[in-house]
Amino acid sequence: MNIKVYVEVTTVFTSDGRMIPKSVRWEDGKEYIIDKVKDCRRVASLKAGGVGDRYTCMIQGFEKHLYYEGNNMWFMERAVVQS
Amino acid sequence: MSDRVILHSDCNCFYASVEMLHRPELRHRPMAVGGDPEARHGIVLTANYMAKRSGVKTGMALWQARKVCPDIVFVPPNMDLYLRFSRMCSEIYSDYTDLIEPYGIDECWLDVTCSERLMGNGMGIAQEIRQRIKKELGITVSVGVSFNKIFAKLGSDYKKPDAITTIFREEYQTKAWNLPVSDLLYVGRSTNNKLATLGIKTIGELAKMEDRVLHSHLGKMGLVLKDFANGLDDSPVRLEHTHAPVKSIGNSTTTSRDLLNDEDVQIVFYLLAESVAARLRENGFQCKVVEISVRDNGLYHFSRQRKLDHVTNITSELAEVAFSIFKSNYTWEKPIRSLGLRGCDLVVGNVDEQLSLFVDIEYQDKLRKMDEAVDDIRRRFGYFSVQRGLMYCDKSLSSLDCKESHVVHPHSYF
Repeated sequence: MNIKVYVEVTTVFTSDGRMIPKSVRWEDGKEYIIDKVKDCRRVASLKAGGVGDRYTCMIQGFEKHLYYEGNNMWFMERAVVQS
Repeated sequence: MSDRVILHSDCNCFYASVEMLHRPELRHRPMAVGGDPEARHGIVLTANYMAKRSGVKTGMALWQARKVCPDIVFVPPNMDLYLRFSRMCSEIYSDYTDLIEPYGIDECWLDVTCSERLMGNGMGIAQEIRQRIKKELGITVSVGVSFNKIFAKLGSDYKKPDAITTIFREEYQTKAWNLPVSDLLYVGRSTNNKLATLGIKTIGELAKMEDRVLHSHLGKMGLVLKDFANGLDDSPVRLEHTHAPVKSIGNSTTTSRDLLNDEDVQIVFYLLAESVAARLRENGFQCKVVEISVRDNGLYHFSRQRKLDHVTNITSELAEVAFSIFKSNYTWEKPIRSLGLRGCDLVVGNVDEQLSLFVDIEYQDKLRKMDEAVDDIRRRFGYFSVQRGLMYCDKSLSSLDCKESHVVHPHSYF
């Protein structure tokens, strides 16, 4: 199963030009509100395979990473249980 | 004056590393980025370390690579992605200095002499760059730290991957002089053979050779190489975003099938002229000389040029001149595999020129306006939105947008 999951994201542009994601729609169609963005920096995701601005988001009390790839696409890493 | 601090950063197996980052399933397999064998550009552009260990080398035909490494996986190149990574590397470099000189898509020299007070010494900056590129871009670099560009480059080749090598003034005789002379920038196969006949195998031997002997066998270049070996290269790292002035603009292509007759050749020359002329116009150049290069399917290769009686950047004029040079130089003994077209001896903008009595100026003006209109349409609606009738004679030959697929290769060091 592909670990890299492209997702639909709703964002807000602040008046000083920053882009802040507000909610994510996962591949099953369910929408999750982002309560808080804790950090944003460019990081490579070795797990999913890609590079982007990584937003560290608080969603329902969990810390989740959301990557903005620069080609107008966002992706997340699928949680995989190691067997 | 104290020494300069020059870094040379080289992305390891660049194309292959970027592909492995994006395709986790290939990370533990021998793989290579190679041209599309269907389109007959079937060579290895970059192989990863696993493939290299089995003997796969850059430039091998794909079938040769498969012979030495049967489980190799080939991935078609994705140039846009590599350019994006190259840009992101430059962004990281530019946090440390504005003196950045790219050497091809995956290598750069950085002069950090004046950044040392702010950022720490050369070694520290090199460490930081190496770690940041690994974390932020997911690929590895080798960095050479030295007091000149030549030894910095030597240092980045010294240990790979993901490593830093210093070759400072007090170290170069112990570190660099024991290396084979072929490791030195600008000692290629031919120079290496010549040096071998003089008994020169290492950089140290070259450094100690008599000037007279080097000059008589290698000319001026011999003395330059000796200076390189002695650490006497003082060429500056060029400022970011400045490039050597353009000497010529050209394109070449290996066609999807062998060219068999004049009409095929004409289609390809028009295709190349579309790109060359558009790029001349884009940069405000006109050319005085047209050069063509031809390679037949026996890989025999030649090039010819012709001086024009007036300067031009009109697509149809370039194509017609190219075709006429071709007609007077080729006798169709063999089908043709690849063609190139180049505009040389460039002049800028509207030069005052002696008009010819026998050229229809009004007609030329019309052609020029037509080209401008086509450029504009293509800019707005894409390359294939408007095409010459000739291109419909053979879609397989004409389905290439030379201009967009054109990539910049390293400038010469000199």
